Amino acid sequence: MLYINCPHCGMRSQNEFSYGGDASVKRPELNKEVSDQEWDDFVYNRKSLRGKHLELWQHISGCRQWIKVERDTATHEIFRTFKADEEVA
Amino acid sequence: MQKYSIFNLVKNAFSNHENWELAWKDPTPKEEYDVVIIGGGGHGLATAYYLAKEHSITNVAIIEKGWIGGGNVGRNTTIIRSNYMHDENGLFSEFGMDLWRKMSQDLNYNVMFSPRGIINLAHSDAQMNAYARRGNSMRLNGIDAVLLNREQVKEIIPMADFSENVRFPIFGGLMQPSAGTARHDAVAWGYARQADSMGVDIIQNCEVTGFDVAAGKIKGIRTSRGNIKAKKVGICVAGSTNILAEKLNMTLPIETHLLQACVSEPVKPVLDNVVTFGAGHFYVSQSDKGEMVMGGDLDGYNSYAQRGNLPTLQHVLTEGIAMMPFLSKLKMLRTWGGIMDMSMDGSPIIDKTHIEGLYLNCGWCYGGFKATPASGWTFAHTIAQDRVHELNAGYSLNRFSTGNLIDEKGLGTKTWIS
Repeated sequence: MLYINCPHCGMRSQNEFSYGGDASVKRPELNKEVSDQEWDDFVYNRKSLRGKHLELWQHISGCRQWIKVERDTATHEIFRTFKADEEVA
Repeated sequence: MQKYSIFNLVKNAFSNHENWELAWKDPTPKEEYDVVIIGGGGHGLATAYYLAKEHSITNVAIIEKGWIGGGNVGRNTTIIRSNYMHDENGLFSEFGMDLWRKMSQDLNYNVMFSPRGIINLAHSDAQMNAYARRGNSMRLNGIDAVLLNREQVKEIIPMADFSENVRFPIFGGLMQPSAGTARHDAVAWGYARQADSMGVDIIQNCEVTGFDVAAGKIKGIRTSRGNIKAKKVGICVAGSTNILAEKLNMTLPIETHLLQACVSEPVKPVLDNVVTFGAGHFYVSQSDKGEMVMGGDLDGYNSYAQRGNLPTLQHVLTEGIAMMPFLSKLKMLRTWGGIMDMSMDGSPIIDKTHIEGLYLNCGWCYGGFKATPASGWTFAHTIAQDRVHELNAGYSLNRFSTGNLIDEKGLGTKTWIS
């Protein structure tokens, strides 16, 4: 069982959350010519890192907010959590 | 190579079975090979076997970080099927079914292929319609498919829950009678033994740490046991694909996720098919030892840990108990996990890459084991001929940018949703 520290609600079990994937993926900017490669990278291509991975989760059975979680994909250890709009240093 | 037969069994009985030949050698890596296959799993071993057998390329090494057959080929639920709707998947898998039927004789190794049939249960009229469509597509591709109504399903699996007042009543199902199971470890060992006997070097405990690429062409690999030159290199590493891709500065339409399976204590024969629950993701069969072999959803987040978490197991087994209530009486014997190379459309990639002489085999999602022979056969062809075979032409790496996806389930790019 993972325990995720929701920045809005505090420590809760993984059962309350749903996963949203790699948080480092950025949608190409609007009002700008977007190449096929940029769309490819946004829609399909993933680094899928082994080790520290910044990812989106939604506290679906809690505050329903999207949050960012920094988690190790090899050990499942969770280091830090952030609000969705927080910049991650 | 010593042939496995009843005569040799009797002969070796006189010497207490102490004089059997080793099934494969433990060679030191040579300086150079014609082909290096990275990954000593089912697909890598099968690729080396078919390179030697079909293309007479025997100066081949298999480089394995751990031990052969220790990854997903030893961790799956042994299901073999070709019940796909799309042509690419159907024709590829049905080609594989032929190889499965001949495998024990071909490898002189009993892989215990058991074509016991698979039944996908339907729990609504809409699902029956969808199965009728899939069954028709399968039959057009020469794959056997039978649409069963509720009574017919009841006759085959009377232990399933056929009561009226359940959340997901059984309306019927789609059966592929020629589908089945095989002994997974034997598949790896059988391919390894034959490949070794034809001159392939199986090099274990050897981790790939980098690649030598010059002028867009592969020159060799760097490993924990030294540099190895190679004219061609094939990557066949399932859940570790992204780790190697990073060393090549490639990002792939693949995410690595964790999938669990489990077996119950052994019980007397009760289920002689593979059965899947249609209102979620759960499948079950009974092994020859009597254990109920079960699996279902991914754990649902990127992971390289080869072990799972309990919430997913509980969720999966809840579906199992809804389908076959007697399962709740069984004790759990073992659970385990493996890491899956989940592609963005649910279909695999067997293709050349932008680097000359470098070939990629990945993206097997939930279905890598059954694909073992067809994957090895087509990957060997792709490497030997430096062009894809028509069977794996659809499994191209650029289909994501060109829009030619093979989205069997229509799930989109959220690989963890099933």
